[in-house]
Amino acid sequence: MTDSSVHPTSEVAVALELNGENVRATIPAHRTLLDMLRDDLGLCGTKRCCAEGECGACSVLLDGELVNSCLVLGAEADGGALLTIEGVSMDGITDLQAEFLAAGAVQCGVCIPGQVMAAEQLLRTNPDASRDEIRDAMSGNLCRCASYQRIVEAIQTAAAGRRTDA
Amino acid sequence: MASYCRPRTVSEVLAALAGADGHGRILVGGTDLLVHLRKDPFAPTVIVDIKSVSDFPPAVEIYADAVRFGPTARMAEISNDPFIADHLPALGASARVVGSIAIRNRATLVGNICNASPAADTVPALLVYGSTVTVTGPGGERTMPLADFFVGPGQTRCGPDEIVVRVDVPIPDRGHRSAFQRLTRRRGVDLATVSVAAGVDADGRIVLGLGCVGPTPLLTDASPPVDLSDPDAIEGAVEELVSIATPISDVRAARDYREAMVRVLAVRAVQAAAAPPEGMSS
Repeated sequence: MTDSSVHPTSEVAVALELNGENVRATIPAHRTLLDMLRDDLGLCGTKRCCAEGECGACSVLLDGELVNSCLVLGAEADGGALLTIEGVSMDGITDLQAEFLAAGAVQCGVCIPGQVMAAEQLLRTNPDASRDEIRDAMSGNLCRCASYQRIVEAIQTAAAGRRTDA
Repeated sequence: MASYCRPRTVSEVLAALAGADGHGRILVGGTDLLVHLRKDPFAPTVIVDIKSVSDFPPAVEIYADAVRFGPTARMAEISNDPFIADHLPALGASARVVGSIAIRNRATLVGNICNASPAADTVPALLVYGSTVTVTGPGGERTMPLADFFVGPGQTRCGPDEIVVRVDVPIPDRGHRSAFQRLTRRRGVDLATVSVAAGVDADGRIVLGLGCVGPTPLLTDASPPVDLSDPDAIEGAVEELVSIATPISDVRAARDYREAMVRVLAVRAVQAAAAPPEGMSS
């Protein structure tokens, strides 16, 4: 493969850390990180929904930051560290996911992996988030079943639980 | 079919654009570009990812008289920067409402400008501060007022073989105040229906930056000095200034609604700018 720093290529070799493991893939230049995850790497926990950055169903953490994987090219993840919903719940469901279940926040479920990723990142960066801060932080994650109140409730309960444990 | 490259210097970027035969597209955050790619997957787009370029200006650099933004300055950095919140409050406020956290983690200020949407959130504020844009290409470097940069929806004076390397935003005098107001259909992740940034100088002269009420974001002239404690005087000045607006009807709003709302938001923006900062008595 030619030097991609100068010569554009239609296929791109990507090497990244995915949920703590080193993985490689060769993908078309225009393939999104979302499609690479689902179609090339077989991780279908990340959901494909609006595919234009409005709904948040495809949220993942790239180098410790929340991103919409539909708006990132697979090629851009080369050399990066990626955490998906599979990585978050590698050892079974988390406290946060348990609170989503307990609150009845999960109906059809399509938005939930993205909701959990956004909520997990919020709890990691702002463990004392107020209700308004939670609503603001979660505003990029739509739920067509309109479980918003219960999602906020689940995040509040999980946050309180983590504060007690800490 | 699209192709991808990741140049490491500005001259490599220009070489990639020159070789792309007009199909080169700069990628930083990708929040607009990837939506376009998806709609036109078979175009021979040459994606030029500039995140590894080492000789750009830093993302955000603060000088005595201006703040300089490089092509990689992201909305998240701009909305969290205390210096910007203090000295360029309308810019900080407009960066803070772009998309969502995930969008602001990727979307850039320069990308917001270059996408040239009439609804670009940060542009009205940048216009009010008198920002300039610097473009580099085969013909060398040139700097122009941001107000001259836009040609029409999606069209700028940055040629297909050129790249915007920085945006300079003059820091206003201490007596200058500014604010940003935006109307959307829902609070999160929506394009603006109308947006207004207002700048007010120490003598009460008002300048407005207007979004979504013309083919490009618009900058008004400065009004004569206005008594900012007099609501009627503000309304009169605003009425005069917003007469440059030529809104259209689209999926987000009808023309009449935009015409009415640009006045309302402009008055609110001026009043918000004129109000003394919280915690200070004057």
